Formats: sequence, C-alpha cells, structure tokens
Amino acid sequence: MAISREELFELLKSGFPDGEIKIDDLAGDNNHYAANIKSSKFKGKTKVQQHQMVYAALKGKMGNELHALALTTTEK
Amino acid sequence: MKEIHKKIEEIIKKNKVVLFMKGTPEMPQCGFSMTVCNILKQLKINFFSVNVLSDELVRQGIKEYSNWPTIPQLYVNGNFIGGCDIVKEMYEKDEIKKIIN
Repeated sequence: MAISREELFELLKSGFPDGEIKIDDLAGDNNHYAANIKSSKFKGKTKVQQHQMVYAALKGKMGNELHALALTTTEK
Repeated sequence: MKEIHKKIEEIIKKNKVVLFMKGTPEMPQCGFSMTVCNILKQLKINFFSVNVLSDELVRQGIKEYSNWPTIPQLYVNGNFIGGCDIVKEMYEKDEIKKIIN
C-alpha cells in the first residue's frame, strides 16, 4: 500500500500537463505526501472541484494505494 | 439511489453540521480527522459525528455519495464542504463561521 514519489508525480503531470507540481514525502514512507499543484485547469472551479480533479488524475489510487495526500491547489 | 446513500442523505439533512470521521471527537483514530475536530471545537461549533470505522457500509457509501475518496468529510446544511485540507484552509481564512451562520 504505497506509491513512489515518481509515480505520483507522473500521474499528476498527466492530469495537469501545465501544472507546477511540488511533492513532499511527509513521513518518508511513500504513503504520506503533500502536493502543491498550480494549474490553469483549476480556473473557475471550487476547492472541492479542484481536489476532485486531482483525485480523478490519481485514478482511484487515493484512499487505496495512497493513504494520505495533503493537497494545496491554486489557479495559474 | 442506493439504500446507504439514502441513509447518509437523511443524516446530513437532519443535522446542520455533520462530520464523517475515523474515530470519535473524544478519541479520533486519524490525524486528519483530529485536525477537523479540533477546528470545530475551537470555533465552538456543535456537530454531529459519524464514525466510519464502526460501519463499513457508511465508510464506502460516503466516498461514493460525495465522489470524494478520503475521510474526514464535513457537511453543513446538507452540502459537502470538503476534507481536511479545505477545512483547514477555510479556517485560516476565517470562512468556517460564515458558512455556518
């Protein structure tokens, strides 16, 4: 039940090709991350919608392979 | 609509502020649930809590209901407000009280 930082980055990058993405491995266990994503795709969306878009990019891994992801999303 | 989704809808319509969490407000079982509890407590907001760990149907059902894969989940006046990150951000911007009043 873990996902590598590289895999996480690739998933986010494919969901947000224009995204400025920063990832921190909070616990060093490949299971608790913080991600900061800045993308034009977030424009006009609510915070809930923005986070839902991120979860969609993670293709069902959130809450399964990936236990914890602290999210910060901002419009570009 | 699935039976469990109806049950969830009933809970969030009957109670003004509902937190679906892991554990209880007295003894949260996850740091993210604890963070949201602490924010609500600090703002002196009364809330109804549902421990998803005690009911697997609710645990799965709430994720489908809101199209949101993680717990905790905060609902106010029947609307999904967000998870831990969003609640924290709103707290920092002083926005929680506004949506409750």
